[in-house]
Amino acid sequence: MLRYFTRRLLHGLFLVVGVSLLTFFLLQLAPGDFFAEMRLNPQMTAESVAALRHQYGLDRSVATRYLLWINSVRKGELGFSFAYDSPVASLLWARARNTLMLTLSAMLLSWLIAVPVGLGCGARPGGWSDRLCLGATSSLLAIPDLLLALGLLFLAVRTGWFPTGGMVSPGFDELSGWGKVRDVLSHFCLPVATLVLGTVPVLVRHVRAGVVEVLASPFIRAARAHGIPHRRLVARYALRGAAAPLISLLGLTITTLLSGSLLIEVVMSWPGVGPLLWEAVLARDLYVVVGTVMFSTLFLVGGNMIADALLLAVEPRIRTE
Amino acid sequence: MTGRHRIYLALGFLGALHASVLLASFLAPYDPKVQDRELPFTPPTRLHFVDVRGRFHLRPFIYTCEPSSMPAAPCVEDRTRAFPLRFFVRESSAGLEVEKANLADRGAELGVGGLKRRHWRLFGVDQQARIFLLGSDGLGRDQFSRLLHGGQVSLLAGILAAGLALGLGLMLGAVAGFYGGWVDELIMRGVELFLALPWLYLLFAVRAFLPLHLSAVQSFFLLIAVMGVVGWARPARLVRCVVLSARERDYVAAARGFGASDAYLLRRHVLPQAFGVVMTQAGILIPQFILAEVALSYLGLGVAEPVPSLGNLLAELQQYHVLASYWWMFLPGVALIPVFAGYYALANALQEGAGVVPT
Repeated sequence: MLRYFTRRLLHGLFLVVGVSLLTFFLLQLAPGDFFAEMRLNPQMTAESVAALRHQYGLDRSVATRYLLWINSVRKGELGFSFAYDSPVASLLWARARNTLMLTLSAMLLSWLIAVPVGLGCGARPGGWSDRLCLGATSSLLAIPDLLLALGLLFLAVRTGWFPTGGMVSPGFDELSGWGKVRDVLSHFCLPVATLVLGTVPVLVRHVRAGVVEVLASPFIRAARAHGIPHRRLVARYALRGAAAPLISLLGLTITTLLSGSLLIEVVMSWPGVGPLLWEAVLARDLYVVVGTVMFSTLFLVGGNMIADALLLAVEPRIRTE
Repeated sequence: MTGRHRIYLALGFLGALHASVLLASFLAPYDPKVQDRELPFTPPTRLHFVDVRGRFHLRPFIYTCEPSSMPAAPCVEDRTRAFPLRFFVRESSAGLEVEKANLADRGAELGVGGLKRRHWRLFGVDQQARIFLLGSDGLGRDQFSRLLHGGQVSLLAGILAAGLALGLGLMLGAVAGFYGGWVDELIMRGVELFLALPWLYLLFAVRAFLPLHLSAVQSFFLLIAVMGVVGWARPARLVRCVVLSARERDYVAAARGFGASDAYLLRRHVLPQAFGVVMTQAGILIPQFILAEVALSYLGLGVAEPVPSLGNLLAELQQYHVLASYWWMFLPGVALIPVFAGYYALANALQEGAGVVPT
């Protein structure tokens, strides 16, 4: 068991290092850097641009810079942002907290919705609820999440029920403690709703498929022959049987939610990692891009490891050697 | 309906969609780049069948629209003069100084024949009026024409990127599965690396190493290259699985015994087995890449203006007043729904045909 987890940990570490190397060296291929635009500025002399580049170490070789970057990771700084003139880590943590808040609550909410709905659909395959479910999920799947986000924003603008962007209202600091919570929650609604609407149909389909498969298996027929009512069969036996494939889906949900939230955050101006990465790409703020990509990798690798541990707890038959 | 019928139905539907965007320059009444600064954000033109005197006409007609000072207010139709819709016209609307000037230049170069090069359009109206079936954008460009041309760019980007990703995946997956050993190990580690990242982050990161300011054509092909390079991992893994089981078959061993080369074995006996997997992956990857193009272009990192794509058409909604007031600016996004529905139906039908339970 311990060996299994050590191996998984090493594997995760390999991935993280590999991704850091990949992004770092790809970014070196970029023509121009953060200071390239400055050269066009008539108030900057070529010497001062060169001095700035020297100061930030941009005139050194790629390998040296990678080592320097590793060193700064060791110090917990994750490199230096040119645009914000501060270590990347301090920038990233504030943003990462907001992104995590968004994605984790969206994930929780979508599972809370998807499991009962999927059970309801799969309980009687081919029945009216099943067909309704398939129709609803396919139509939701066909709506791109960008359109979903824009549509919800349109609704918010037209009705005024929800704030249309950001995380807090102007004048947030003057609000009382309860008022602050309510303010953030109201800003939460739209991005979370978009993410949930994008994830739920996929999850519902997986839950349904799992339940249908389990319900067709012999042990369910045996249980039915023993007179266990259908409702209890579905809620207890089928759900437990379908749990294993669902848990391995957890990793998938994290990926889709992270990718989805990147776009949604920019569209809804949620102060998360998404807008940070977007601005960094536009400004060629090298280390911020690397840092953000590293954050997403870490989150994903961690999520997958948690999913593996859960899977092991539910399904002891899985070989760990 | 049997699985085969559903596949044909989905293919036919998608074929019709693609044909309509391919024929964009015929179906659209205007050139997508032509501006009319006098008519920004004109609401969709209404087609009339009954005139002011209550008489019914079989041929629909339109009225010109006076731009109103109030944003989003329905424009005031000038009912004094009707403009009948004409079909199969030659380049309906002049009065477009830009294009006229261009054509005059070209006409001068080519001699008089230059002006005759204007091509046929399915429908149009007389020069004094303009027909905006889906409204116009902030520069007075016809949203319907831009939607069709933008669809051309976006759908093509999806198909080309998926083709690239599948080609890479097929090649690398086949090599990994067929030869095994350290090659397999290396390629599969690469697959894990690419699958470990949320793909939109990866797309952003790869986009970051390309120059920011590019011409529209360059950015289009770079976008395709980036998406294809990012998306190869999943098909490669699936192809490898198929190849692994196929190369152990008796007929492969027999062919090898008769002295068949590796290349022949792959081409003749092993890779045809992967056809189903590749097709199903195409059904999944194409909409994903269309969405990626839309997202990147929306964020200003994809296809650049003035070439329309569904993404940069939606980008106008980043302005608050456009989002709040002009509902027809959402239509490029709505147009994606049938495309996606078609591709999902196709992928589902293909998966069922392959004996996989649709999820």
